[in-house]
Amino acid sequence: MPNGVSSPYVLQAQGISKNYGKIQALAAVDFAIGAGEVVGLVGDNGAGKSTLIKVLSGAIMPDAGELQLKGENVRLKSPADARRRGIETVYQDLSLAPHLTIADNLFLGREMFHSNFSRMFGVLNRKHMMERAQQILDELHVTVRSMKSSIAELSGGQRQAVAVARAVLWGDSMIILDEPTNHLGVEEVEMVLNLIRRVRERGIPVVFISHTLPHVLEVTDRIEVMFLGRKVKSLITKDTTLDEVIAYITGSRVA
Amino acid sequence: MSVTEGGAPIRVKQQLPLQRRGTWLQDLGDWWTFLILILLVIIFSITAPGFATGQNFVSTTVSASNTVILAIAETFVIITGGIDLSVGAILGLSGIVGATVMQNMMVHGDMPALILGVLAGLGTGIVAGAVNGFVISFMEITPFIATLGMLGIGTGLTYLVSNGTDIVNIPPELSTFGDAVLFNFLGIPALLALVLLLLAWFFLTKTRFGKYTYAIGSNAEGTRRSGVNVKAHLFKIYTLSGLLSGFAGVLIVARLATGSPLEGTNDELNAIASVVIGGASLFGGRGTLFGSTVGALVISVLVSGLVIMGVQPYWQQVTIGVIIILAVYVDQRRYRNRVLK
Ligand SMILES: Nc1ncnc2c1ncn2[C@@H]1O[C@H](COP(=O)(O)OP(=O)(O)O)[C@@H](O)[C@H]1O
Ligand SMILES: [Mg+2]
Repeated sequence: MPNGVSSPYVLQAQGISKNYGKIQALAAVDFAIGAGEVVGLVGDNGAGKSTLIKVLSGAIMPDAGELQLKGENVRLKSPADARRRGIETVYQDLSLAPHLTIADNLFLGREMFHSNFSRMFGVLNRKHMMERAQQILDELHVTVRSMKSSIAELSGGQRQAVAVARAVLWGDSMIILDEPTNHLGVEEVEMVLNLIRRVRERGIPVVFISHTLPHVLEVTDRIEVMFLGRKVKSLITKDTTLDEVIAYITGSRVA
Repeated sequence: MSVTEGGAPIRVKQQLPLQRRGTWLQDLGDWWTFLILILLVIIFSITAPGFATGQNFVSTTVSASNTVILAIAETFVIITGGIDLSVGAILGLSGIVGATVMQNMMVHGDMPALILGVLAGLGTGIVAGAVNGFVISFMEITPFIATLGMLGIGTGLTYLVSNGTDIVNIPPELSTFGDAVLFNFLGIPALLALVLLLLAWFFLTKTRFGKYTYAIGSNAEGTRRSGVNVKAHLFKIYTLSGLLSGFAGVLIVARLATGSPLEGTNDELNAIASVVIGGASLFGGRGTLFGSTVGALVISVLVSGLVIMGVQPYWQQVTIGVIIILAVYVDQRRYRNRVLK
């Protein structure tokens, strides 16, 4: 067994810094997340949430700091690199192709073939992909009319659910959700929050970024508050209140 | 719905929020062009004596094969959300290069001339298409401008290569082949177009290549984030378009036993019209080869019927121009109602 056994965390980031010219977007930020944990990342605009997420998803390289994935030191050189290591990100503006079917979207960029011969000509095994897609949506209790529906035919919540399902399908290390409840109706928000709970049951860590604090309080285990590029407070969700979270976000209270 | 605990199923109201089906045009869906085709055939059969004959069937389908092949190329391109204005120019250049090589190689015998000429024609198409692909993917110039440039380059080179005159000294075997009609109804060009159509249909609907073609037109940035090499794919798409245009160019030389610098002029108009009549969206992500083929047949039948009725040929171009505008208008109306983001 690697030395990872000693660490309770799936992913651990230490001393992450990132400067944009004179702006210090991240100043020696520590972040860690364990199996089956849902961690909320909150902070005012410009606090550094997106920058931290970009580091964790391989979109940018930090100026300083270290990343450990399952106890192993890693450098995430690109989003593709992060995905190969099982870190999936659901971006605010969805990466789904609206004209394609649900199944085609779940397997976009990761197609399945009948055999090595059919792989040579790129002949898709749509039947198999359809079955796997159905299976994963069933496991997550997401109901859609048909796997053959195009994304354009789905409601906003169902689209978000498909995006999360795709992350679940491929993210066996960690899933990052950037504002997944934005622009959704009440019912649909519940659906996405339940989805996050199901992912937690599967033991996959989830990083949840949102401006809507009630959603964060409802679904997370822990809340990390950022303020001007620093991580100012770590709160256990069940022991905190909305007022306390807001106080740290606005800087009216300091740790 | 209420907040549910761990295992309770999540039910979402089934709804059709984004595809408000309303107008009769949308209800007819992809079939309205097919109905128009049938209607045109019926009208011309009644009003144009000589339209509903076996001979006219052969000549219409043979000339349609040209439009169909270019429409196949344009279908792939338009589904990605691009456009290729240079298919006609590449067709012309490929035909002229092929014919010129044949003329110069005739001294070495007909067969070598034929083979080298065909290869030169196809090669010209591939190279021109690859240049389009390079300019679009790697120089990041929009398809409209890149292929407009190629339209100029191709047309100019066609005249430079041919000195503006027809090339008539080509191997007779080629035109024997191009002129052949199977079972009294299936011309060789029509047969080849049919074979290409089936191949293209297979690749567009059954393979990863086809899936990426739709995915890029639907959401290029999302497709890139999913790990697909979008630039490489677009490069292949425009190269394929060039190859198909080159093939059409060589086929015309075979059919007419002549390389003419005029071939291909305005053909991009017909190809694009076929594809948009066929229901493809210029916004990308939508289109079928069945639709494009019906579109190409609508145009060919229209041209053939108008010719038989003795209408001045320039009216055909006017008609096709009007058809393009109407088809795009319909596309935009559908698009607005669907709110595809
Ligand atoms: N690409 C960039 N170039 C310059 N400054 C940036 C860039 N990205 C972020 N910043 C700056 O870094 C700081 C943190 O931004 P960000 O991580 O987006 O915050 P948040 O997501 O919490 O709103 C802000 O001051 C922002 O202006
Ligand atoms: Mg942000």
